[in-house]
Amino acid sequence: MAYSEKVIDHYNNPRNMGSFKKEEDGVGTGIVGAPECGDVMKLQIKVENDTIVDAKFKTFGCGSAIASSSLATEWLKGKTVDEAGEIKNTEIVQELNLPPVKIHCSVLAEDAIKAALNDYKKKAETEEKTEESAASAGA
Amino acid sequence: MKLPIYMDNHSTTPCDPRVVDAMLPYFTEKFGNAASRNHSFGWEAEEAVDQARKHIANLIHADAKEIVFTSGATESNNLALRGVVDMYKEKGDHIITTSTEHGAMIDPAKSLEKKGIKVTYLPVDKTGRVDPDDVRNAITDKTILISIMLANNEIGTIHPIPEIGKIAKEKGVLFHCDATQGVGKIPVDVQELGVDLMSFTAHKIYGPKGIGALYVRRKAPRVRLAPMIDGGGHERGMRSGTLPVPLVVGFGKAIELCAQEMPAESVRTMALRDRLQDGIMDALEEVYLNGHPTERLPGNLNISFAYVEGEALLMGVKEIALSSGSACTSATLEPSYVLRALGVGSDLAHSSIRFGIGRFTTPEEVEYTIDRMIKAVNHLREMSPLYEMAKEGVDLKTVQWAAH
Repeated sequence: MAYSEKVIDHYNNPRNMGSFKKEEDGVGTGIVGAPECGDVMKLQIKVENDTIVDAKFKTFGCGSAIASSSLATEWLKGKTVDEAGEIKNTEIVQELNLPPVKIHCSVLAEDAIKAALNDYKKKAETEEKTEESAASAGA
Repeated sequence: MKLPIYMDNHSTTPCDPRVVDAMLPYFTEKFGNAASRNHSFGWEAEEAVDQARKHIANLIHADAKEIVFTSGATESNNLALRGVVDMYKEKGDHIITTSTEHGAMIDPAKSLEKKGIKVTYLPVDKTGRVDPDDVRNAITDKTILISIMLANNEIGTIHPIPEIGKIAKEKGVLFHCDATQGVGKIPVDVQELGVDLMSFTAHKIYGPKGIGALYVRRKAPRVRLAPMIDGGGHERGMRSGTLPVPLVVGFGKAIELCAQEMPAESVRTMALRDRLQDGIMDALEEVYLNGHPTERLPGNLNISFAYVEGEALLMGVKEIALSSGSACTSATLEPSYVLRALGVGSDLAHSSIRFGIGRFTTPEEVEYTIDRMIKAVNHLREMSPLYEMAKEGVDLKTVQWAAH
């Protein structure tokens, strides 16, 4: 099967490959997939004032999975948390010209985005609560 | 050194130029039908076919009359399986095979199951070998055929065929061997192996595509087969159809060359294979050999690179033709059933690469491949969340994965 030029480009020059410390403030981490299925994606976002200022990924999977997650990090940067939640797998399919057998790679990328956003929101809520309880304890 | 490099010789091989030279006259001047008995064109073709048949029979220690030409090993396997079942169905309805056979055996077996034939798929050990005792224990009074491959196409593991042949003989059950990957690469003697039927093909041994053979024993026992193709009674009635004389000649020449060159060639391909294996395994951690360490085809190397997905790896070395057991390279999205049968985990099955060294592989190509594999694996491990977790000391087996 021939890969699209965009997939090859992301594979050779992955954008935003790497990791943030999970416990770092404003960082949301999503890990989806399973080694048995042949693909695992880790997608991380760093949020400041409700805007994603940075994103990183690491992916175990085929070239299309790597490209889908690499592209996702590019798209996430600069978006607000709500805007990021709007990213659809079909847009990834279109952008990378993924063939039907590779659509699951884009689905996985969308899932990874959602998982990272959820993780961020959960962390933000707990932080708020801790702050509130700290504040009330101080009063 | 020219790119791309071909290192997928289990899949197919290029025609040896000497084979092509031998074939060429049979397309133009010597175009006769080998079945034409009344003129010199026919005699010439018949003589060429006889000569090829003799070379082929000699290599496997059979009689020329025991060679039935087919379109390839897939047809040979089908003819052996369906031909025996059809001919001996009064005697029984049970077949024994293994779970790691080629699709060209598994698929016809599954198709026969739908028609009421019972098939036992024997397991293999972690090196890919079937236990002859398992074969013995699986035989019932309804068993009409045992079919076990000589060498596996993915992992190169060689089955203990002579032991199984003895059991088959002792129990009076016909024994078919799919020797597609073995003939021409390792010594094959149908008497020593104790096989009654044997499939093989030209294009795996530097001959043309589209021609194969089925060895059908004529004595002790005389094997009878119901044909799948009728019309003209060619090939002792077992496979009708005008013989493709140029292909037959090419097959014969390819076999003749294998007979001459096998002793030196197998040593050379094995040395290259061992260098490839050492070069990769010495430089990278967590790389695992699949199959048997020694009972293996000389040109075969199948290894799993932990934390790296096979298809992504192939993409990273796309100037080298290789194959992977990763699901992403198959239509079913399931990783290699052969590796799974060996007990290799799905994760490592997804990470497997098959290298096939052949007659035309050079030491420079092997060195280049080692270097490229190391770089590609390191590049992908750098990108792999699994590698990162493993480095952090996380036991990947204990992680609750969000499977999709």
